[in-house]
Amino acid sequence: MKSIVCVKRVPDTEARLRIAGDEKSVEAAGVKFVLNPYDEFAVEAALKHKEAAGSGEVTAISVGGAESAETLRTALAMGADNAVLLKTAGRAEGLAVARVLAEEIKGREYDLLLFGMKAIDDDLQAVGPMTAELLGIPAASAVTEFSVADGRVTAHREIEGGHEVVELRMPCALTMTKGAYEPRYASLKGIMAAKKKPLEEKAATAGDAGVETRKLSYPSERQAGRIVGQGADAVPALLKLLREEAKVL
Amino acid sequence: MPGIFAFAETRDGEIRKVSQEVVTAARKLADALGTEVHAVVLGSGIAGAAAELGRYGADKVFVGEAAAFDKYSAEGFTTVISSFIKEHGCDVALFPASSLGKDLAPRVAARLGSGYSSDVIGLEVQGGAVVATRPEYGGKLLSQVAATGGTPVFSVRANVFLPVENAKAGTVETLNVSVNEADFGAIVREIKAGAAEKLDVGEAGIIVAGGRGLGSPENFKLVEDLAAAFGGKAAVGASRAVVDAGWRPHAEQVGQTGKTVAPTLYIAAGISGAIQHLAGMRTARYIVAINKDPEAPIFKVADYGIVGDLNEILPRMADEVRKMLA
Repeated sequence: MKSIVCVKRVPDTEARLRIAGDEKSVEAAGVKFVLNPYDEFAVEAALKHKEAAGSGEVTAISVGGAESAETLRTALAMGADNAVLLKTAGRAEGLAVARVLAEEIKGREYDLLLFGMKAIDDDLQAVGPMTAELLGIPAASAVTEFSVADGRVTAHREIEGGHEVVELRMPCALTMTKGAYEPRYASLKGIMAAKKKPLEEKAATAGDAGVETRKLSYPSERQAGRIVGQGADAVPALLKLLREEAKVL
Repeated sequence: MPGIFAFAETRDGEIRKVSQEVVTAARKLADALGTEVHAVVLGSGIAGAAAELGRYGADKVFVGEAAAFDKYSAEGFTTVISSFIKEHGCDVALFPASSLGKDLAPRVAARLGSGYSSDVIGLEVQGGAVVATRPEYGGKLLSQVAATGGTPVFSVRANVFLPVENAKAGTVETLNVSVNEADFGAIVREIKAGAAEKLDVGEAGIIVAGGRGLGSPENFKLVEDLAAAFGGKAAVGASRAVVDAGWRPHAEQVGQTGKTVAPTLYIAAGISGAIQHLAGMRTARYIVAINKDPEAPIFKVADYGIVGDLNEILPRMADEVRKMLA
């Protein structure tokens, strides 16, 4: 089975972010970057299914600047067989990324196209379904677990109050969320091996995403409120505040 | 004027609350632009329920019924909706930022070649253009986005555009849909309800969430009891620590790698307030923190806090809430 996993380099969750002078981007200096946590679920799922099948190939693809090679090396260290960096200048998002990916993927042979459900930088949750649409293949998003049999994928996707069981014809796209695939750590052996695995770099042009960021701003800081009191005796006072001051009860 | 498109999601033949919210958001935009709201409902056996959308501001409700639409189909819905938007040349297309909406809306945008933004928490008209506000980086930043052409597609976050009833009733029209399930590459075979979930944490107006401070999975009953005291209005949430420990299902997890929520009231019990958790709940209107550690970071974002033992505070709160609502 051949899987393609699309991954993204994102600022670490703990990073303090500063808006750049153009008010439209974030300053990268001093920020630690990681493989998007949702993409780790996708890489892990691809590896697990390859291992279960006993054969196959896992290709990691990323759209981004030269520094995204580092993120692809992480996927290779986890166990992906090869990687492709579609090198763009500047930040590309949404439809623009999906177009670059679809252009690359349409010439490839694959059974499964995997994504993280969303990237933790733009929080958009769109590139997976968009790429599937551009490729004309079925897709399911927010998948926690799936099985493969007879050319079909049976996927469990999270919905409000439960989950849906979706059956998809292959090739298909899945966007992964936390569920059955606990990402493995890259072993030292894996990290060493990753250095020798093929990582192809290609120049790509990201066009218009159809939307533009006009301005970034910091949300108004939540002010620390007040400690109403200690222990159970403070409960009536708290509920009075919720009812009379906050008016939420 | 071509109008604002609003997609109304149904489940089991009922219009979901998120759909009322989407129509309400569309109404506000339509008033600002001097145009109409065109709501589209797809499903099977939903014509009766669809009419209620007029009450939330839809000028026209278009109902597309097909047996194949008994359950959601990304491909089928995308085909019908993108054709509708193209034919009507809608100014803006709004979807709920629900699990269905976030699966469907990007696909529709890609079919239309339109820009898309998700989880929108603000919509306004600036110089004739619709500008959406949305959180990024787990809510650490807010972004204002505008379309650069075509019909922009937005999904709007639950609990932000609260449904407003409208005096005017809309008209209901039948939308011709001809779809064949055999053409779909993905088919929903089954919908399984979660074990104990009554109300989903992503949509509830009140959330009572528990963390490791509860001490044991059994103690989570205190959280469930308090949520139940709100009489069906509150959902149970959980921190990543207790989900990873296997105390609670992932469906309840709030925060990064869990759900992003915007309830009116968020009660965090025994949750220290890691940045990954804040990413999921910082847009709650009011936050209450209950924790025995007065230095817990959660108190820095909470509007109100009580320091003390959860075993005493939560049952007392459940009692008092029941009394208050009785």
